Amino acid sequence: MSVSVAVFLAFVLATLGITYWAAKRSRGASAYFAAGRKITAWQNGFAVAGDFMSAASFLGVIGLIALQGFDGFFYSVGGFVAFVTILLLVAEPLRNAGRFTMGDLLAYRLQPRPVRAMATLSTLATIIFYLLAQMVGAGALVTLLFAGSGISFKMGVIGVGTLMMLYVVFGGMLATTWVQIIKAVMLMACTIATTLLVLAHFHFQPGQLFLAATNVSYHQGGRSLVTNFLRPGMHFRPPYGALDLVSLSCALIFGTAGLPHILVKFYTVPDAVTARKSVVWTMGLIGSFYLMTSIIGVGASVLVGPDYIVTHGGTNMTALLLARALAGDTFLAIVSGVAFATILAVVAGLTIGASTSFAHDFWSNVIHRGAVRHPGEIVLVARLAAIAVGIIAIVLAIGLGPNSNAVILATMGMAVAASANFPVIALSIFWRRFNTAGAVSGMSVGLLASVGLILAGPSFTGIDPPGVAGAAHHLFRARPWFPLENPGIVSVPLGFLAAIIGTLLNREPSAEEKFSELVVRANTGLGAEKAALH
Amino acid sequence: MSVRPPSTSPPGAAAPDWDRIANSEEFKHLLAIKRLFIVPAFVFFLIYYFLFPVLIGFAPKFMSTPVIGAFTLAYAFAFSQFFVGWIIAWFYLRASAKFDLLAGDILARVADQKGEK
Repeated sequence: MSVSVAVFLAFVLATLGITYWAAKRSRGASAYFAAGRKITAWQNGFAVAGDFMSAASFLGVIGLIALQGFDGFFYSVGGFVAFVTILLLVAEPLRNAGRFTMGDLLAYRLQPRPVRAMATLSTLATIIFYLLAQMVGAGALVTLLFAGSGISFKMGVIGVGTLMMLYVVFGGMLATTWVQIIKAVMLMACTIATTLLVLAHFHFQPGQLFLAATNVSYHQGGRSLVTNFLRPGMHFRPPYGALDLVSLSCALIFGTAGLPHILVKFYTVPDAVTARKSVVWTMGLIGSFYLMTSIIGVGASVLVGPDYIVTHGGTNMTALLLARALAGDTFLAIVSGVAFATILAVVAGLTIGASTSFAHDFWSNVIHRGAVRHPGEIVLVARLAAIAVGIIAIVLAIGLGPNSNAVILATMGMAVAASANFPVIALSIFWRRFNTAGAVSGMSVGLLASVGLILAGPSFTGIDPPGVAGAAHHLFRARPWFPLENPGIVSVPLGFLAAIIGTLLNREPSAEEKFSELVVRANTGLGAEKAALH
Repeated sequence: MSVRPPSTSPPGAAAPDWDRIANSEEFKHLLAIKRLFIVPAFVFFLIYYFLFPVLIGFAPKFMSTPVIGAFTLAYAFAFSQFFVGWIIAWFYLRASAKFDLLAGDILARVADQKGEK
């Protein structure tokens, strides 16, 4: 494992160096929260890609493709196309109308205190679910990689949590951005190398690889099976599989456009044109990354085999097992190091997203009504909030333990973002009549519906067959009230409906009057926040 | 830099006349040509994307048809989503050069009117 430790330590040292450099340069709120708005298009493109490509996508999706065939690749497609929504509808108006958070856009013409309070709540809910998914993944990775060396799940979670707090507390958005850029470069290099190794194994004839995937033999429930892994339907099956797919699609393509830690990145660039170009950079990177996951995932089912994966760490270890099968322990060590870097960059992005919303939306604008207070106070509050978020995430992740399902947690975050955040963001930009009552009811109903339906669905509610061990038990032991794993197909329309009904039941002339101002500003950039001069 | 309330105009400058800009022909034209691109592009994207889960979910047999060698229709359709996404992005980048020019004209006019006052 010494190479893996070396790659990891090199990444940690380099990123801590960047944090030190960023900490010396960072003066004032716009520097801390938005990197002085001086990040260029390609830099932000890499940073957003680094913010978005989580351990769930790198380790999780490859594992799902290897074990569930084509159905696993579905997540890759959804993860990429989500950025079309961001490109066409969200990135530019957001950059032009706001300063630091999603709440800025909503508060622009609505009553700031209620909408910012709700925006903080749904931001924190989204981010905590997402953060837990990453922390649990990090801890599990540590346990598996360093098995026998005395490093436990708990120590892995605490280590990752501490590093992420260091980046965010001292380096702010500038350090976080560079951590994400470096991680994106490392992850892309590693993915390209793995893809080439898989293809080389088949003499660079992809046809041979796909042919081999048409009859993969494995065991399930004591039976020996041979299946074509290129066919859909291994995971999403009747009676509810098709609906679950549509539902998952809703969460993926609308949820990404409502992920607070992604949205804050568009404030780090000088203007809306740069924001637009950075989304296109991100689409180039994420698209090629997810296309390659198909080769790597299919390669893993052919070269490693589902049986071996299941008995050697499960879905999350697939990419690592394949790396060892392809090029031995050294390559395995490099891929493990990159996996750690991936997790660290994502958790740092999540933490700064949460602390920015708490300090800017809640502390400064809800509690202190936007009044001018001591310089530096808001940054201090954000730093304390980052420490609090870090500690909460560490404690909850240790409480949940290594057996909790990282994919379910990430899906919850995505569903909340799609149902509570996306409808109000879209309506606020495009509907003159939209008002405070609509925003508050839309966000509350979206939040409650998505969380409630997940709790009532088969992920948390179910009757366990006898003999299932402790952690694998369902939380509620009853027949699921809601048949789908993903609530999107119901909760996204509910979020929209509540926002529309709430709006129609009230009139808010001031919000309608200020719509002209928002539209002009969103479409021309007149009066938008400028980049720092120095 | 200290904490200040969200400003709707640059410090030191008189607030722009938002309503007048919003009602000007130039601005209406900008919104109209933006809408002309974004609405069809987004609707096309939604239909093309949602066809994917619907076909995968409701017609898995059909989507299992091999098209090139062992490569199934499901994978071909999935791959096409990436290229469609990139093509939409490329068209949007091209179209937005026009939007930027029009927005630039509006900003220049606003700056001129400020100077005259």
